[in-house]
Amino acid sequence: MGVVYSSVILERYKRPRHRGELPEPHASFEDVNPLCGDRIRIDLRLRNGQVEAAKFRGDACAISVASADLLAEMIEGAPLSKVREISRQDLLQALQAEIRPVRLKCVSLPLEVLARALEGLAA
Amino acid sequence: MSLAERVRKDFPILGRMIQGKRLVYLDNGATSQKPHQVIDALRTYYERSNANVHRSIHTLGEEATELLEAARDSVQFFIGASSREEVVFTRGTTEAINLVAQAWGRRLKPGDEVIVTELEHHSNLIPWQLLARDRGCTLKAIPVTDDGFLELERFAELLTPKTKLVAVAHVSNVVGTINPIKEISAQAHAVGAIVLVDGAQAVPHLWVSIPQLDCDFYAFSGHKMLAPTGIGVLWGRRELLDQMEPAWGGGEMIKEVWIDHAEWNDLPWKFEPGTPPIAGAVGLRAAIDYLNAVGRQAIRDHEIELTREALARLSELDDITLYGPKDAEARGGVVSFNLSGIHPHDVSQILDQDGIAVRAGHHCAQPLMRRFGIVGTVRASFYLYNTLEEIGALVRGLRTVQELLGSGSGARGPGSRRG
Repeated sequence: MGVVYSSVILERYKRPRHRGELPEPHASFEDVNPLCGDRIRIDLRLRNGQVEAAKFRGDACAISVASADLLAEMIEGAPLSKVREISRQDLLQALQAEIRPVRLKCVSLPLEVLARALEGLAA
Repeated sequence: MSLAERVRKDFPILGRMIQGKRLVYLDNGATSQKPHQVIDALRTYYERSNANVHRSIHTLGEEATELLEAARDSVQFFIGASSREEVVFTRGTTEAINLVAQAWGRRLKPGDEVIVTELEHHSNLIPWQLLARDRGCTLKAIPVTDDGFLELERFAELLTPKTKLVAVAHVSNVVGTINPIKEISAQAHAVGAIVLVDGAQAVPHLWVSIPQLDCDFYAFSGHKMLAPTGIGVLWGRRELLDQMEPAWGGGEMIKEVWIDHAEWNDLPWKFEPGTPPIAGAVGLRAAIDYLNAVGRQAIRDHEIELTREALARLSELDDITLYGPKDAEARGGVVSFNLSGIHPHDVSQILDQDGIAVRAGHHCAQPLMRRFGIVGTVRASFYLYNTLEEIGALVRGLRTVQELLGSGSGARGPGSRRG
């Protein structure tokens, strides 16, 4: 089947590796995609300036779920300075799919949620 | 030959290939496709008669004015309005509803009440929220049953002498319910309230006759009934339109102007400031001619057949939830559903790869989504050119979706959404 639903998206959607929640997270945030009402929450545990563990949960489409799962994988074990640098382009590359403009928000929603979670941390 | 077979040749876009497949257009609730008769009318207008209306004293100006006003006559007869002065051109349903909220709404006082329904499109909800906020009024909503019908016993309880307006969709854009406007009007009028009907999903598909509905305002759009975008209609009861001040100011809506005041133009122009959508009106007239030639009962019968087939074939699928009335005759040609565990946007995107266009999401009816405990639905909506074969293509496409994304752990199934 076409390139929109790449094998990466299908695999991550059907068997996400970072779905769930963390007890007593050091940072967490939840937001909604106004286009569709999709909801993603990300929990983080930190240690020595690094993301020790990251989990996501939410009601979302295959693209958002795959994006959130990949993002969680990218940030686990990474220093916060690196985590803050992750871009939508990085996620698009990892998804290996041709995402149409109307669905780009689905890719970036987890990234925005992560940014807000980190913001809360700084405060 | 079926109705669809006869008319499809008139719609050039239906020959379009999408992803190598013949387009299957099932998003008519969002907008309809246009027959060449409408496209030709626009072309002829722009190539021969284009000018501004009413005060251009030259041949083209006179022709453009005649075409605009002839379109008004067409609309008047199409909806059975008693006079052409009651037919106000707007940009669409949304603008028509906002016009009433702004112009008629000025008479509301703190404590007055407006009643909407839980199944309204946001365009027949937000204008009343804004009005209620500005005027200190209370907004109430008629609840919806599990099958997508209005709870009319509850409506009777909501009505009070404070109720000034009831705003209701004629046909739900999500679940297709045809609401009993005449009954609602009778109950509203009994407490002295008026009734505004959002007819965007009704006029293109049903034989709408304003006098039979006994409502006070009726709004609809051209683009969902084969006409271009940017033209809509507000029908209003004459006494109400006469009493109302204009919603917006500008040229054309005045008789005489001084620096500090003005006298308003006659109906309907009092409510049409600025250059009206002339080409849109020309296209709307051509669309009305087309619908009349095909026959509105024939269209309705055809859509009932399509809806019945869709409800039957879709309910054969595993893990599907259908929303709205079970009886095809109780609803317009719109079918909303969810595949268990698969997000509506994913369904829509994968169907597109088979050239099938449906709508997915909340359909600008978030309170109704909340009522059903879901984020969105997939919606297939039909019109005169759709065929039974296209419903077969939809069902096959949905099986492909289930093969691809089924048993995923990603999205929640319908109804499992929290809060």
